[in-house]
Amino acid sequence: MAKRDRLSGNEAVAVAMRQINPDVVAAFPITPSTEVPQYFASFVSDGQVDTEFVPVESEHSAMSACIGAQAAGGRTMTATSANGLALMWEMLYIAASSRLPITLAAVNRALSGPINIHNDHSDTMGARDSGWIQIYGESNQEAYDNFIQAVRIGEHPDVMLPVMDCFDGFITSHAVENIELMDDADVKAFVGEYDPEYYLNNASHPVAVGPLDLPPHYFEHKRQQAQAMMNAKKVILEVADEFYKLTGRKYGLFEEYKMDDAEIAMVVLNSTAGTAKYVVDELRANGVKAGLIKVRVFRPFPVDEICEALKNVKAVAVMDKADSFNAAGGPLFTEVTSALYKNAGTVNVINYIYGLGGRDVKTDELKSVYTKLEEIAKTGKVDSVYNYLGVRE
Amino acid sequence: MSKVLEIRWHGRGGQGAKTASLLLADAAFNTGKYIQGFPEYGPERMGAPITAYNRISDTPITVHSNIYEPDYVVVVDETLIGSVDVTAGLKEDGGIVINTSKSPAEVAPKLKGYAGKICTIDAKEISEACLGKNFPNTPMLAAIVKVANVMDPGEFIKDMEDSFAHKFASKPQVIEGNMNALKRSMEEVKGL
Repeated sequence: MAKRDRLSGNEAVAVAMRQINPDVVAAFPITPSTEVPQYFASFVSDGQVDTEFVPVESEHSAMSACIGAQAAGGRTMTATSANGLALMWEMLYIAASSRLPITLAAVNRALSGPINIHNDHSDTMGARDSGWIQIYGESNQEAYDNFIQAVRIGEHPDVMLPVMDCFDGFITSHAVENIELMDDADVKAFVGEYDPEYYLNNASHPVAVGPLDLPPHYFEHKRQQAQAMMNAKKVILEVADEFYKLTGRKYGLFEEYKMDDAEIAMVVLNSTAGTAKYVVDELRANGVKAGLIKVRVFRPFPVDEICEALKNVKAVAVMDKADSFNAAGGPLFTEVTSALYKNAGTVNVINYIYGLGGRDVKTDELKSVYTKLEEIAKTGKVDSVYNYLGVRE
Repeated sequence: MSKVLEIRWHGRGGQGAKTASLLLADAAFNTGKYIQGFPEYGPERMGAPITAYNRISDTPITVHSNIYEPDYVVVVDETLIGSVDVTAGLKEDGGIVINTSKSPAEVAPKLKGYAGKICTIDAKEISEACLGKNFPNTPMLAAIVKVANVMDPGEFIKDMEDSFAHKFASKPQVIEGNMNALKRSMEEVKGL
């Protein structure tokens, strides 16, 4: 029986970690993800899990310890945010290229500077090309569900890649909301045992992990890594399907909200999608054919599926809670417009950078985005592609 | 659109406004509601103004912004009035609950002509009498439950008794004081 509870996002992920009972958790505290290892450490000291908890001296060491433990054959997890993720950078690439399915709770926070502890997506967007699978979630429920699914996705033999479970710092990590928790036994059965084909602690089949990889082989290894990311898409859907059968909660590569007959749409990540759904409901009540796409899987990016989902829409606003300083548009915008290349010329797309450094995102502001889209849908004219929402200038 | 009850808390760091908002969320959750309880984190230090929020609803809540047009406001520290715009956006069919020894008529002139319900409760006096110390958040919690009619008072008291029994398992001697503070606050809140 699932349990109705109320937890913060951080508590929910820590509970998922307890239910999974990994072999090793190595972590270093940083706001707003600190509570994840903090709650988990109490589960360790209370004997609720038999995990080896490694309180390392930096995030670089946290990821290094995870890499070592996962390479040895253990199931390994950690949590971090912002500059902590930045300090892991070097090791993120090594985890991915060594094909080690580590699970990381990435509690989104603005990457300094200027120094700021609040939410945006500049941290994980910076790591988007590190080779990690990235899954984004709207609420504590999704942060919890995605964390449990991440284990299965990463460890699938066709994938063997690390996974980031991304959710909004403070907005999701520190807000207490209703949640349905799975039974411990169901989570245990769902994730199963980690059974890698190759690992260091296997005396009958010795391997090397992380040796020098010169021109005769490096390129082939990168090609295999790229293939794993391509394979991940199918596996993500299979795992979601199994999860749906178990919990009744449906997940895909992205969520389509009132998109069936939508003429205007917003593409958005994480908690703002929830606020935007409220705005969509209001607009629908007034006869406006508004819809929303909440991207769940950012790596691998669902290129064909997004293109298909937006093919009948007249105007789209892609919302970025991170700037990429390319003087043209944010990272999600770049991905979505690339995906739409096949339908080039039929869909008008604009971009908004919003909510940087924890700037609160109000329903009125999101409504103004839809108002702009209505105007574009009506006139077919786009006066400005790259825009800012809720900034003083 | 379904009706969501929105409450904004104003306090100072260290007074327990965030904890009170989480306790309110807990109590409403226990009556079967959908809830949100969240603080707005600023420069966290003792004495700095802080804000916390609650949404309470019969249906799932998807909005994740702060609350700009609350139904009710709770002021845990009356010295904030004047420096913080406590009635900003406050709905006139809602109300405000202020921790003060003064009467609603005495504080009304400081509230920028707010025309809704103004309630006061001497949470400091109640806390000092029941708990021996100034922990205003417990009486403020009871006052807002009463004023905003969040739930049945009897159900609330019963729920808090269970909650305190769990929370203060290692120091049961404080449970009675906290329960008395809640009960007194529900009876003594003025301006209903």
